[in-house]
Parts: sequence; C-alpha cells; structure tokens
Amino acid sequence: MHLNLSHFEAAFLFSLFTSVVMGVTTKKTDQERLHYGAYCFVCFLVALFAIGWAMKLGHG
Amino acid sequence: MAANTDTANLAKENTPPISVWIMPVLAAWVVPGGGYFLLKKMGRGGLVLASVALMFLFGLGMQGIMFTPEKGDMLTTVINYGGFLCDMASGIFYFAAAIFGYSQPDMAGDVHDYGTKFLVTAGLLNILAMVDAYEIATGKKD
Repeated sequence: MHLNLSHFEAAFLFSLFTSVVMGVTTKKTDQERLHYGAYCFVCFLVALFAIGWAMKLGHG
Repeated sequence: MAANTDTANLAKENTPPISVWIMPVLAAWVVPGGGYFLLKKMGRGGLVLASVALMFLFGLGMQGIMFTPEKGDMLTTVINYGGFLCDMASGIFYFAAAIFGYSQPDMAGDVHDYGTKFLVTAGLLNILAMVDAYEIATGKKD
C-alpha cells in the first residue's frame, strides 16, 4: 500500500486527528471538548492556508 | 532546612500511590485508548484509539521512516532518540510494525516526510492520552 497524498490532504488529516485527541485530553466536559477540538481544527486550517499563502507570496 | 523537609513531606503525601495509576497508564501505552477503556470512558477511548490508529496507518501508508536509536552529532542523536521514543509511544502499533518487519529507508520526498511525521505524532498523541489517563486515575480530572 502506498498513499500519495497532496500537501493539503496530509495536513488536513494531520489537523483532524490531532484536534480530536487534543479536544479529548485537555478539557473537562464533553461540550468543552467538542468546542476545543473544533477550535484547534479551525486554527490548524487557518495556519495551513496562511502559511501556504505566505510561502507562495514569499517565493514569488 | 526545616522548610525543605516540610515541602518534601508535603510532596510525598500529595503523590498518589503507583498502584492507583500504573495499570491505566500502561494500558494507555500498550493499546492507545486502553487507559480510558480501563477507566470506563469508552467514548474517549474510542476516539483516541481511532485517531492514533489512523494517524499511524496513514504514516505507514505514506512510507514514513521509523527512527532507530543511533548516535551521531548532538542534533542527530536528539532527533534519532527522540523520534525512536515517540515511535515507541504508539504501543502495539509500533511493536506490530516492528514484528512484521516494517523498515523504510530514509528517502527524499514530501510524502515520505509527512509519513514520518504522522508516525511520530501518533506516538505523541498517545503520550497526551497517557497523561490524561494518569490524571483521571488519580482523581485530578473526571
């Protein structure tokens, strides 16, 4: 089996799995966990697009 | 001197006995999510198990490398030993991959690089789950 994921697909999956575990392990109620997991996921995606565009613009 | 002794005694009194937390933490290491299952937190255990397992399997699929404890210059040693510990933190997934002879040469390429990061991060996420299992077992958290 050889997966050939794009940068975006790999970073998306990384963000998803990491956000789930961070949400589960850091907060005390289920609602807080859900909110924190979603918050982490959105932060990852914002950073992904922001850094992606910064690299594209930086390289010209 | 007396203050130091008092602090040491207080710390000793506040440290939970090892028998309380060793099984959940060991279970959490061997089977990701196992600590939660032992503590009857099935939903959280399932989410951690699925996340760590998928992260690890995607890492294998992308043919990431497994670190081995090799010495070199300072940076190489830190990276290799740190990566090895993180890989091992995935518990049964790491041992199964090692037993079935998974071995990948260090190749250039972004997909392999992502795979290596996925394998390491699966272990790091499991370390977070082990710490959480410790806190639940010792009553610091529900």
